[in-house]
Amino acid sequence: MTATDYIAACLLVLGGIFFFAGTAGLLRLPDVYTRLHALTKADNVGLGLIVSGLILQAESWLVACKLLLIWLLVLFAGASVSHLIARRARHKGIRVWRP
Amino acid sequence: MNHALLYALVGVGLFLLGFYALIIHAHLLRKILALNIMGSGVFLVLVALAKRTHDAYPDPVPHAMVITGIVIAVSATALMLVLLLKIFAKTGQAALSDRHKK
Amino acid sequence: MMPVAIFDAVLGAALLWLAWHALASPDLFKAIVLFVSFGLLMALAWVRLDAPDIALAEAAIGAGLTGAILLATLAKLQTMTGKNTFVLSAQPAFKSLFLRGLLIVLLSGSAAGIGYAVWVLPSNSNGLRLDVAANLDASGVSNPVTAVLLNFRGYDTMLEMTVLLMALLGIWSLGGLPPRPRRPAAAVLDIFSRFLAPVFILVAAYLLWVGADAPGGAFQAGSVLGAAGVLMLLSGWRPHDRFTLRYLRFALTAGASAFIILGLLTMLHQGQLLAYPPAQAGTLILLLESLATVSIAATLAALFLAEAPDHTENQ
Repeated sequence: MTATDYIAACLLVLGGIFFFAGTAGLLRLPDVYTRLHALTKADNVGLGLIVSGLILQAESWLVACKLLLIWLLVLFAGASVSHLIARRARHKGIRVWRP
Repeated sequence: MNHALLYALVGVGLFLLGFYALIIHAHLLRKILALNIMGSGVFLVLVALAKRTHDAYPDPVPHAMVITGIVIAVSATALMLVLLLKIFAKTGQAALSDRHKK
Repeated sequence: MMPVAIFDAVLGAALLWLAWHALASPDLFKAIVLFVSFGLLMALAWVRLDAPDIALAEAAIGAGLTGAILLATLAKLQTMTGKNTFVLSAQPAFKSLFLRGLLIVLLSGSAAGIGYAVWVLPSNSNGLRLDVAANLDASGVSNPVTAVLLNFRGYDTMLEMTVLLMALLGIWSLGGLPPRPRRPAAAVLDIFSRFLAPVFILVAAYLLWVGADAPGGAFQAGSVLGAAGVLMLLSGWRPHDRFTLRYLRFALTAGASAFIILGLLTMLHQGQLLAYPPAQAGTLILLLESLATVSIAATLAALFLAEAPDHTENQ
């Protein structure tokens, strides 16, 4: 294993931890707004880390660009969709959770 | 036991699970979901059995059949859902039950 | 090898768990969401079975489009009943415990029977793989799945295009659904679809082009393009003028008619339905696939909208 492989492995494991935290947040947090927060923040960063880990091991520039494109699309879709869900929830009158 | 066999057995399980739900549930939307899951089970069996080749490449013929099947399944589902809404608009019920109300 | 085996076992168990809960969950909305997650995990299972072509189709159709159609139907049911939830929809079709027990016994018997039949199959079988590999050079493409779909079993794909068209005609002849109220779309959704529609078109063209020698092809491209149509319909776009509708009718029938015309021509020329001359096979397949992509996309978007065209023409 070369140094690049070690860095890639670290990035992948770190990304996995972010996904784990996001999923734990989705299951444990009290209302739709906080769950969205946990999910999008953690998954965007987690996917970013995983994509950068994979880019380090990509065979060609084309594959690296495709991976980057996937991450950008997920960022864009995640942000828009969570906005739409939160907006709908507010229209339906779901209150924001207060401790 | 190789993993293709495992997926084939999961496919059998999905088919029977869907079949049970198709018979047991009265709501039509649930029956449609059940039919879709039965279909997924059949596809899984087909593709898993296509992987029993001597070399690394699976048999492409079942793959082509399953791709066709997925598109057919979504068009049939869309037709069934419109039928469901029409039945609901006519009778006010979206469920089939064995008790006939006169 | 070991971690992969664990992954397979977890994935198989998750598929069965999700299927069970999608069918048994008391809330229909939850059931549909679980069904969509089931479709996503199915895509993973296809990757594990070395079927990337199916994984692409499943991710776009099984997880995406089917879920969108189911949720749209649930929303219509909710507006028709004025109820927000369908918690009671888990009522059984019959109450008799004896019948239920009998059903479980019968199904367990079939499970054992089919499972045994799968188990005792020879663990090595080439099926038709070697025949496909031997004739791949003459098919005009190098992706075996595309070769089967568009060349060796082109007949199936021709009939499939007809089935898609028949499903849509079925919906239209039932009168379709009443046009849904056209609310102005949320600004974010509007920008989202404006940005994404061209990206979807680009991805569809890419999938169509690489389908000749890599995973992809008309079905995957058509479903991605159809998803772009669904996104535009969701953000309030409608094909309302007669000009667009004429093109829409052409787009809906292009795939099936291309297959039929080419089938007749090859029958006259080669003496057999859809038997392409090997030298032109690649070009003919690309032509057929392009028209089929347009048809599949238009039909899938129209299936999602499910409004008969007269409604839109009268507006």
